Amino acid sequence: MEFLSDIASLINSTLRISTPLIFAAMAGIFAERSGVIDFSLEGKMLMAAFVAAVGSYYLGNPWLGLLLAIIACVCLSMLHGFASVTHKGDQVVSCVAINILIIGLTTALAAAWFGQAGLTPTLTENQRFLEINLPFADALREVPIIGIIYSDILSGHYVFVYLAYLSVPIVFWIVFKTSFGLRLRAVGENPSAVDTAGINVFTMRYKALAVNGVLIAFAGAHLSTAVNANFFREMSAGRGYLALAAMIFGKWHPKTALIACLLFGFTDALQIRLQGVELPAIGEIPVQLIQALPYILTVVLLAGFVGKAIAPNAIGQPYIKER
Amino acid sequence: MVSPILELTNINKSFGHVQANKNINLKINKGTIHGIIGENGAGKSTLMSIVFGLYQANSGSIKINGQDIKLKSPRDSIINGIGMVHQHFMLVENFTVLENIILGFEGETFFGEKFEKAKKDLKKLCETYNFNLDLDATISDLSIGFRQRVEILKSLYRGAEILILDEPTGVLTPQEVDELFKILRSLKDEGKTIVLITHKLIEIMDLTSEVSVMRQGEIVGHTKTLDTNKEKLAEMMVGRSVLLRVNKQEIKKGEVIFKVKNLSVKDDLDVTRVKDVNLEICSGEILGIAGVTGNGQTELLEALSGIRKVESGNIELFGEKISDQDNFLNPRMLKGKGLAHVPEDRQRMGLISDFKAHENLIFGYHDQEPFSKSSILNNKEITKYSNKVMQEYDVRPNTPNLITSNFSGGNQQKIILSRELNENPKVLLVGQPTRGVDIGAIEFIHQRLIDMRDKGAAILLASVELDEILSLSDRIIVMFDGKIVGEKVNKNVTDRELGLLMAGVA
Repeated sequence: MEFLSDIASLINSTLRISTPLIFAAMAGIFAERSGVIDFSLEGKMLMAAFVAAVGSYYLGNPWLGLLLAIIACVCLSMLHGFASVTHKGDQVVSCVAINILIIGLTTALAAAWFGQAGLTPTLTENQRFLEINLPFADALREVPIIGIIYSDILSGHYVFVYLAYLSVPIVFWIVFKTSFGLRLRAVGENPSAVDTAGINVFTMRYKALAVNGVLIAFAGAHLSTAVNANFFREMSAGRGYLALAAMIFGKWHPKTALIACLLFGFTDALQIRLQGVELPAIGEIPVQLIQALPYILTVVLLAGFVGKAIAPNAIGQPYIKER
Repeated sequence: MVSPILELTNINKSFGHVQANKNINLKINKGTIHGIIGENGAGKSTLMSIVFGLYQANSGSIKINGQDIKLKSPRDSIINGIGMVHQHFMLVENFTVLENIILGFEGETFFGEKFEKAKKDLKKLCETYNFNLDLDATISDLSIGFRQRVEILKSLYRGAEILILDEPTGVLTPQEVDELFKILRSLKDEGKTIVLITHKLIEIMDLTSEVSVMRQGEIVGHTKTLDTNKEKLAEMMVGRSVLLRVNKQEIKKGEVIFKVKNLSVKDDLDVTRVKDVNLEICSGEILGIAGVTGNGQTELLEALSGIRKVESGNIELFGEKISDQDNFLNPRMLKGKGLAHVPEDRQRMGLISDFKAHENLIFGYHDQEPFSKSSILNNKEITKYSNKVMQEYDVRPNTPNLITSNFSGGNQQKIILSRELNENPKVLLVGQPTRGVDIGAIEFIHQRLIDMRDKGAAILLASVELDEILSLSDRIIVMFDGKIVGEKVNKNVTDRELGLLMAGVA
């Protein structure tokens, strides 16, 4: 029985840890499918975490904090668009600039407003999202199998966890079953084809970036107003990059990107579970090695396991209409 | 009295300092096939891109059916019944035919009812014009000829009354050209108006009823096709009389100096592109390779010139083995042995576009005297030499200091030729020597190649232009799917015969 509940808690953590990765990967799909590279997922996630925490602290409502985070991230996406779509700047450079800017900006603003470099005040219960217990979760706990699945794995998550898993089929549907999705994919493959079909390439890319901004804001808010009760310095901790890797590993496809995110989430959950545990024959594994697991996995997977990931054809190339 | 469906008045368009269109006045009559002919860079495509709303004119007006209209984007043009088939197809390669056609005109946010209706309508259109297209096929699986049909179908579906085709035959086999012309004629019979942009005189004579000639951004003549002929048109295009035929003496064939045995070559994706090819070239002979683009000619030339590794088989030059699967000589060593290469892709392999002309002219010989001494370039000598060869090869403008990308395609090609021919190579490998080159320069380049042959060089000429193969070669081989599928001595060979071989039918 203890083994079963171990597994259950591992899966439970996997679902939770994967959440920001999923939002970020879905955000990445929108930007990159439209032909715009987005390394700035990391910076935007950090920005969203900061804005959500601060907004929620002052306004007393985490939903308003989320709303502000969305606005902030959409603004950052537009900034990225302005530099790399309108002015045809290098997309990677634009992203790196955003990432560096946000690390400094969040730390400095926190210091100026709250007197502590890179730390915001702890949120009260009213100011943050709480875990949601699904109906009958307590009543069903004792039922074998179903009890574990329903009460221990599915119930008791933050709202963002449910939203993240809901977002995957929605993203899939938008990208592959709507005219917006058709245009989105076309503009990332062959923008000239879109232009000659009478659609504005630039507008299309801005729209994609706007959706990107909305989605990434959820990832940040999840970190600072749900899992934690405040913002701290560099709290996104590379999740934006990890999500980008998951998206590439998932070949720019929502379903496979989800699987990649879950895999990364699982290794992270495993890593936490394994810390301090003595394994038979091996003994205790050094913490540092265990913590490096998700990143080692990324490198190994990307380096060869997945096969060649074929990016959208026009990715990274600014659209130049007249010669 | 026929009324013009499309009327352009005083159209001007410039890109930076270059005036691409000057005071263009053009009337196109309803239900005709109207040809627009001119050399590369004469401004034909720019003009039609303005009509299609892709570019905006600096001044001038456009009337459709007598109504003044503003075309701010392709959408405006499409709504006004203008469709365009671009030289480089505007298709998303990993989309299906259907997805490509409805793109931008889906008619609904979520795919459903309209999607099915579009499919039905398109099936009907396909049957009407005998297009024989599978709407669910992915574009990347279709041949070039079929992709072009998708483009035409796309325009028709969007309600085009005026269909503009920009150099539609450049990538087609002769049989595919026949099919295309059949389609265009039937469209005309339906009352559609067709504008054909081309630099091929024969197509104008074949298909059009009226023709406008462009030169250096201006329209220099309008005429009914019946009232003109190829020579007159060529003269109008170039501004002087042009020799359309190559003057060639009888072949004085020497010994075999270049031999390829059982050669197989793989491309970068590890696909075998050249399969068991055998060929021999004698001195004083031009061997032409005909074939549709992508049938292994590129990889063959690259392997022969030492750029690409040989998978199996070997290559001999003057009886000496120069390459097999274990070792191969690099281009520099081959150059030393008298082998020169004019690569197919001028921009990518032949030149460094951002370099000045004089730098490109000596590239590869830059470490030899008199161009450099103890690794220091001697600019004086280089300029002197450059001035001389640029004059000899009629490179215009004769400015060694000009950045290479500022020269026209023809003049860039002359720069490469002068570099490669300068050392009097014994074997010359030439890929697409006149792609994107204007008629005047073609005449010059062809004459140079013939001169080299008469001086005893062995020349291998790969070209997708059948006319070029037929007029220059002494012997012709046809490549299809990496194999040599036919060999003919160039006497009374017709382009039809070659076309069948090129399509892999015969």
